[in-house]
Amino acid sequence: MQMFPLKATGAQVRRRGKVLVGPVDLTLGGQGTSIIIGPNGAGKTTLLKMLHGIVRMNGGSLNWACPLDEAQKHQAFVFQTPVMMRRSVIDNIAYPLRLTGLSRRQARSRAADWAVRVGLGEILERQATMLSGGERQKLALARALVREPQVLFLDEPCAALDGRATREIEEILAHAAGSGTRLIMSTHNMGQARRLADEVIFVLQGRIHEFSPAAEFFAGPETAHARAFLNGDIVE
Amino acid sequence: MNDLWAGLSQAFWLLVTLDADLVDITLRSLRVTLTALAIACAIALPLAAFLAVRRFRMRRATIAVLNALMGLPPVVVGLVVYVFLSRAGPFGVFGLLFTPTAMIIAQVIIVVPLVASVAHQSLRELWSDYHDLLISMNATQLQRIQALLWDGRRALLTAALAGFGRAIGEVGAIMVVGGNIDHATRVLTTAIALETGKGEFAMALGLGFVLIALAIAVNLAIHWLGRTESEGRW
Repeated sequence: MQMFPLKATGAQVRRRGKVLVGPVDLTLGGQGTSIIIGPNGAGKTTLLKMLHGIVRMNGGSLNWACPLDEAQKHQAFVFQTPVMMRRSVIDNIAYPLRLTGLSRRQARSRAADWAVRVGLGEILERQATMLSGGERQKLALARALVREPQVLFLDEPCAALDGRATREIEEILAHAAGSGTRLIMSTHNMGQARRLADEVIFVLQGRIHEFSPAAEFFAGPETAHARAFLNGDIVE
Repeated sequence: MNDLWAGLSQAFWLLVTLDADLVDITLRSLRVTLTALAIACAIALPLAAFLAVRRFRMRRATIAVLNALMGLPPVVVGLVVYVFLSRAGPFGVFGLLFTPTAMIIAQVIIVVPLVASVAHQSLRELWSDYHDLLISMNATQLQRIQALLWDGRRALLTAALAGFGRAIGEVGAIMVVGGNIDHATRVLTTAIALETGKGEFAMALGLGFVLIALAIAVNLAIHWLGRTESEGRW
């Protein structure tokens, strides 16, 4: 099924009279990894959630190349703070499959495969709430990838992780991208952005200031704000 | 003080000799209370989950009413159920007045708001954790409710225990609709009230100790079955 391009036209999110994001005009193609960067409070998370459809828009439109209900079935989201369902590791990963009507046995079998892939194969029956930060994020990734989504949204998935856990997460992401999953991810980590990005979306004060191929962006951003941000200056 | 010791010794002898009346009354108490609790939970827990996940007009008012109904006076509930079940009432044809069924109906009405309200408090917190995740996964309303009920099952046990405590100790409503008929609708609480009225304080205390022991035993059994004190934070 062809989901892309994803077109946002004048898309806007407002809360209590304040514009959080928008108006956003953006067209995303079906290939590569898009990295959203910007300072704290720029609207990265809200933009991601808006694109994913879990934040209500107050204006504009967001159109996938396929019907919305179909598009919703083929995307997943990994939150900055992973939500651990009060179940075992394997039942957490199996849950999205159970929602599709798969039997418990089949769902757990596929979940076990994914747990092994992300390095959680030894702790299948451990309660998810007992996991470390890195393990939680791996579980969240496995739970998102188990339905083999065409698009995976990630909101700063390595924000609170150490170098080793970050590398493991990036390897999983690189593998997912290599398998054809479209990644749209926000990050604060410029090193990570350089490693993973095919294209960069620079967000400031809820608006997209720059959207360009990663190589071009990191070689020489077009806007003064983006240049200042890359130089490590305080940008508000 | 003498009454207390006499009560204790009487309770002891009632228990060790498995007094037929005591066993009959105790089993009836348990049957009525557990049946009412099961029915109340079947109504209250999904209702609590529904109120947690669903946004609709009058939702806040519904929750406020539910909370207010926690303090429903049992005697008034008994009176209303009595009116409905009496021969002249709309359900008089079923002949339920002064039967254990009437007592169960009254207890269900008393317990549902309590269980629903306590359950809603914990499910609301769980829903705030799960909200974005379940919406992101495209879970239907029913699937969201099921997830909350399953994952919140240990917290819901507390709600059920609160309901059990209220139901097992209830006397006003079941006295009115049950009539405290010997070998038919007499339960521990109504028997205690009767013995106290007769001046049989030792027997009343004995029954009271049995009631307390029963409540503690059932609580411990449910805690043990639910393993609420092990396996991490839930």
